[in-house]
Amino acid sequence: MNAYEGLVDTGEERHWAFGTGFTAALSGVDRALPAEVDTEDLTAYCLMLGDDALILSQRLAEWCSRAPELEEDVALANIALDLLGQARLLLTRAAEADGVACDEDTLAFTRDEHEFRNVRLVEIDCGPGPGGDFAATIARLLVFSTYRLALLQRLTGSRDPVLAAVAAKGVKEVAYHRDHAAQWTLRLAGGTEFSRERMVAGLERVWPFVDELFAPHPVEARLPGIAVDSATLRAEVDEVLDTVFAAASLARPEVSPLATVAGRGGRDGVHTEAMGYLLAEMQHVHRSMPGATW
Amino acid sequence: MTERASEPAAGRGPRSSWPLYEVFVRGKRGLNHVHVGSLHAPDDEMALRNARDLYTRRNEGVSIWVVPAAAITASSPDEKDPFFAPSGDKVYRHPTFYAIPEDVPHL
Repeated sequence: MNAYEGLVDTGEERHWAFGTGFTAALSGVDRALPAEVDTEDLTAYCLMLGDDALILSQRLAEWCSRAPELEEDVALANIALDLLGQARLLLTRAAEADGVACDEDTLAFTRDEHEFRNVRLVEIDCGPGPGGDFAATIARLLVFSTYRLALLQRLTGSRDPVLAAVAAKGVKEVAYHRDHAAQWTLRLAGGTEFSRERMVAGLERVWPFVDELFAPHPVEARLPGIAVDSATLRAEVDEVLDTVFAAASLARPEVSPLATVAGRGGRDGVHTEAMGYLLAEMQHVHRSMPGATW
Repeated sequence: MTERASEPAAGRGPRSSWPLYEVFVRGKRGLNHVHVGSLHAPDDEMALRNARDLYTRRNEGVSIWVVPAAAITASSPDEKDPFFAPSGDKVYRHPTFYAIPEDVPHL
C-alpha cells in the first residue's frame, strides 16, 4: 500500500494550510530489467551508487545534535536523509537485479565490509569524530556532491529506466547539497584566519581520496548504455571545483592519492580502517535483533 | 556553587554573532507570504537556505522571504490601546450594511 494515499488528492487537500501534493518516488516507472544485461554487473553497479549514498548518509547522521548551529544540524540531517532515500532505491534495485530473495535492509545491514562497494571518500571520519571537523565535512560534501551530481546528470540517460528515474530524482537533491557545501566553503575560506585554516586542512584531509572517484571500473565498462564511465566525469568536476576554489581564493591541495591494494579499492570491497567501525555502529541493532520491527 | 559559572562570556560563540531572521513562506495555493518562524544565519543567503531546510521540508512552500529581525519595526504592547482600541467601536467601517449576493466569494 502506498503510504501517501491518505494524504494526497482525496478532495480534502484544502485542510492542509500549505498543501501536500506528494508523489511516491519512482511511481509508474517500468521495473523490468533491461534486455541483454548481465544481472551480476547491474547488481554490482547499483551497490556502488547505493553504498556511496548509504555510507555518507551514516557519516552525516553523526552530526545530529552536534553541528555548530541548530540550523546547520537540520541542514546536514536533510542531506543525509536525501542520500538515504537514494540508497534505499538503489539497494532495492540491486536486490531486484540480483534475483535472490533479499531486500534493501538485508543488503544494508547484513553484508560484511568486503561486500560494500562504496568509494573510500565517503567512509572516512571527517568529523564530528577525531578524524575531522565541520570544515572537513564540508570539504568532503563539496567534492562528493560535485562528483555525484555530474554522475547522476549522465545517468538520467541510462537504458535502465529505474536507474534513470533514481538519477532524475537525485539530480535535484544533490544540486542542493553541492550548493550548500559551496556556500560554506566560501564562508569558511573567507571568514576568519582560523576558519580558513580549517577549510584548507579539510580539503587536504579528503584530497587523497579524490582520484578513486574517477578510476574506471570493469563493471561500468561491461554495462554500456546503462552505467556511466567515471573517468568521463573528471573534467566537469575539476571545472566546478576550480570555480569554487577561485571564488574562495583557495588552492587545489597538493596531496598524493591514497594507494589501492593491488589495484583494488573501495569499489572492490577494499576499505580503510574506519569502515569496520562505521558498519559495526550502523548494523548493530539489526544484527542483534534480526527481523525485529516497530 | 555560589559563583555564576554559567554566565556567558560576552561576544563568544556563534549564537552571539549570527543575527536573527524572520521567515515568510508562500504556500502553493497561498496568495501571500505568511510568517512561519525565525532562525539564525550568518548572512542573508544562508538565511534563505536555512529557511528552506527548516520550514519547507514538508513540501509547504513555493517562495520564501527572509527579513533580518532587526529591520522590522513592530507596534509595542504598551501602545495597544491608542493603536487598536479606537477602531473597535466603529462598526460603520465594516461593510455590514449591504446585502451581499450569494455568489460573491472572498468578501
